[in-house]
Amino acid sequence: MVPADIVSPAVVELSRWQFAMTALYHFLFVPLTLGLSFILVAMETTYVVTGRQIYKDMVMFWSKLFAINFALGVATGLTMEFEFGTNWSTYSYYVGDIFGAPLAIEGLMAFFMESTFVGLMLLGWHRLTKVQHLVVTWLVALGSNLSALWILIANGFMQDPHGAAFNPFTQRMELTSFMSLLMNPDAQAKFVHTTLAGYVTGAIFVIGISAWHLARKNHVELFRRSVRMAALFGVISTVGVITLGDALGFIDAGKQPTKLAAMEGVWNTEKAPAAWSIIAFPDQAAQKNVFDIQIPGLLSLLAAHNFTSPIIGLKELEQQAAVRIKNGIPAYDALTQIQQMMQKDPALANPAVRAKDPAMQKVLAQFKAHEKDLGYAYLLRRYTSDLNTASPALITKASHDAIPLVWVIFWVFRIMVALGFLFLFYLIWVSLLSLRGQEMKSEAFLKLSPWMISLPFIACEMGWLTAEMGRQPWTVYGHLPTWLSASTHSVGYMVFSLIGFVSLYSLFIVIEWYLMFKFARKGPDSHETGTGGGSLAGEPAFARPAQRLNRD
Amino acid sequence: MEVLGTYAILKIVWWLLLGVLFAGLAIMVGMDMGVGTILRYVGRTDDERRVALNIIGPHWDGNQVWFILGGGAIFAAWPTIYGSSFSGLYIVMLILLWSMIVRPVGFEYRSKLPSAKWRNMWDWGLFVSGFVPMLVYGAAFGNVIDGFPFKVVPDGTVISYYLGSFVFLFNPFAILMGLLSVSLSVYMGAAMLMGRSEGAMKERARQLVTVAVPSAMALFTIGGIWVAMMKGFAINGPVDPNMPANPTIPLPVAHEAGAWLSNFGHHPILWIFPALGYVALAIGYLAARSDRFQLTWWSGAVAWIAVLATVASATFPFMFPSTIDPAHSLTVWNASASERTLWWMLGWSLIFVPAIISYTSWCFWVMRGKVTPEQVKADDHAY
Repeated sequence: MVPADIVSPAVVELSRWQFAMTALYHFLFVPLTLGLSFILVAMETTYVVTGRQIYKDMVMFWSKLFAINFALGVATGLTMEFEFGTNWSTYSYYVGDIFGAPLAIEGLMAFFMESTFVGLMLLGWHRLTKVQHLVVTWLVALGSNLSALWILIANGFMQDPHGAAFNPFTQRMELTSFMSLLMNPDAQAKFVHTTLAGYVTGAIFVIGISAWHLARKNHVELFRRSVRMAALFGVISTVGVITLGDALGFIDAGKQPTKLAAMEGVWNTEKAPAAWSIIAFPDQAAQKNVFDIQIPGLLSLLAAHNFTSPIIGLKELEQQAAVRIKNGIPAYDALTQIQQMMQKDPALANPAVRAKDPAMQKVLAQFKAHEKDLGYAYLLRRYTSDLNTASPALITKASHDAIPLVWVIFWVFRIMVALGFLFLFYLIWVSLLSLRGQEMKSEAFLKLSPWMISLPFIACEMGWLTAEMGRQPWTVYGHLPTWLSASTHSVGYMVFSLIGFVSLYSLFIVIEWYLMFKFARKGPDSHETGTGGGSLAGEPAFARPAQRLNRD
Repeated sequence: MEVLGTYAILKIVWWLLLGVLFAGLAIMVGMDMGVGTILRYVGRTDDERRVALNIIGPHWDGNQVWFILGGGAIFAAWPTIYGSSFSGLYIVMLILLWSMIVRPVGFEYRSKLPSAKWRNMWDWGLFVSGFVPMLVYGAAFGNVIDGFPFKVVPDGTVISYYLGSFVFLFNPFAILMGLLSVSLSVYMGAAMLMGRSEGAMKERARQLVTVAVPSAMALFTIGGIWVAMMKGFAINGPVDPNMPANPTIPLPVAHEAGAWLSNFGHHPILWIFPALGYVALAIGYLAARSDRFQLTWWSGAVAWIAVLATVASATFPFMFPSTIDPAHSLTVWNASASERTLWWMLGWSLIFVPAIISYTSWCFWVMRGKVTPEQVKADDHAY
């Protein structure tokens, strides 16, 4: 078998589908873990401070659902960790030096802590003092949220690469500044946006299940308290999600213009103040919206936070890409020459030797001059191995690829935003009901809330799709195209693995939902709260020796 | 060999650290997977099986992170190895992954329902997810020792192509190494159950340790003779250890029979590792016979370290040798991350690896002592 000239487009497409499906599936469990872990912290902290048994019963009940969800989050997270190597080996070579670091630190700092203590949190009640157990629960919540931080620092690098430069002697990107990788504005905003979205998911999950029980008058006191805590937690989180979502849009507007233009369906550059489309039907082939309802001036305000910024349209971005492709060709050319020179004379790999080699210095200067557009040259490499003789038509074809799939991004983004605002109103309403003590009287609340549970999960998935489909055609924005990132597998391998993942994951979700429904409906164990409401009597932890083991 | 610069020393440090992670993975995850492998044999009743699962119940999740950290560390410190090996071993990695993702679900869901059929199904799931990953773990080392049919091609970056059939990945030597790994994992799992359970199950577990030892010794011996005779790899010319991590720059590599013994020839002190393996296994056998849990467990851990160190001594500096293009094999010198990344990752590891070891030990200490069926039944969250 001789290596094909490039990775087959079918393999790239199948690799993308596999990654998207496994990531979206994994992301069904992550937000709930993030949110529920902090809700458990709140409940257990209240238990330890007040000593009231009812809060322990709450922790016991919700942590059982937490565990069912957590198991699949861990299981499917394994896939994500290995998939970069198995399916995106050139990506791993190209940016592993930067991208691998936050993933490894995530394991070292966060995931190890979360996983080690989750065992104690669930099985260590009788072996720990109240305060010790509370600390363990805190560490689980902290660990899961720190996990999200490091994963999103890694993801932030893909969206807006910071702290790295291309090294022509290793032919890959390498770390130049760990601090700028860490302080990447995209990563910071996305971390807060994503974890808060998880808190909203946790809140609506708790409210929904509590409402189901309240409608049946089960454990009324316990579930009213659950609703109260979750609703207030949820309102604050939703406000944060929306604020940080706005910040992310602002960052995208500056750093990822093709994503912003696709999210907003802007084909032609809009002069300031640009109009915002509420509803539109983008047509990728014709490069226009076939139907469009606009609000004048709003887009400049939303994306740039002023009325004076124009929004660059996709057509103009495509023309800019063509210019950058032409400019990137000499960089690609220089890289090829450097590789050939080093293969002929391995001594040239030594900095002292190559500093004295005029031919090498000349090629290096050529690379430096065109380095910033190297990524665009790869867009053309997809269609020809001889970049220097590429026809203008071929360059136009390659520049076409620089635009992501507009209609999907436009709509998934809108669904996410609409759901975000729906959650805000819903959670304010629930909070008011709960604060006034009228949650039992509102038929609408009791009936509607269980159905609301699915919506935050959908919103989270839509957010993932907006961020990652909007990043296309790049895996690392402006530097490494998706087509070049994939492993050189055969179509057969990809079909095999895709079928395997789909069957296994479908089976798992059926089992998970079955158990989740069963245990959510079963409610708190009756031997814990025999009175149907839980005891309100209690003794604060600080009122008795803190070293006494939990024997409640 | 030229003088080792800072970068070259960092590469060696990270090669050693990878060894630490592989040992952590083998000892801790291997133990939990060993329990899964023998679960249906040592646990004859549902009560017994629940006791076995709850012995490792509070720890398996944390232990499994050694596995995840191993992957993450290869990605960060050895990105070229990560990309080439994981994609080259595609089918094997999938089998590993699919069997492993059954495990968290199996632990968490098995005892949630009373049905015997349900529990039986998950017990088989836990067997598969204990046996298969440890078989693959050993087989992966077997494939590395055998050499791997892949090549790296420069094309504006470096692209890795695997040119063999996936059937090759299940060659006899790889299977042998896989079985050695399973034997040691069964040893560790049985040792853990022997220390923490009571009655008939404890006796069965203790017996199993004494069966695992001769099996591991035999496989280790056969594997050693095989390695001595097979075509190995050796550097036979000058190499700059400070070279940029670019595998397309050719290295002077000999691919010939007996080459894997060249390191032992140059540094006879390395024979201490295989010797340590035999000694540790022998002590483990005697300790299990006289029912001494701590000594049995720690002997097993030392045996794992000795076996891994033997493999490392033979293969250094090769990490992922290529049979079809030996000059472009992935080695300690040409497959690492950049100097800056290695520094940063070293800093993080020096802080967090000791922290991990401390809090893991604390968790084991908190949960120490025998697990009984009564305790399991009384605990609402128990597996």
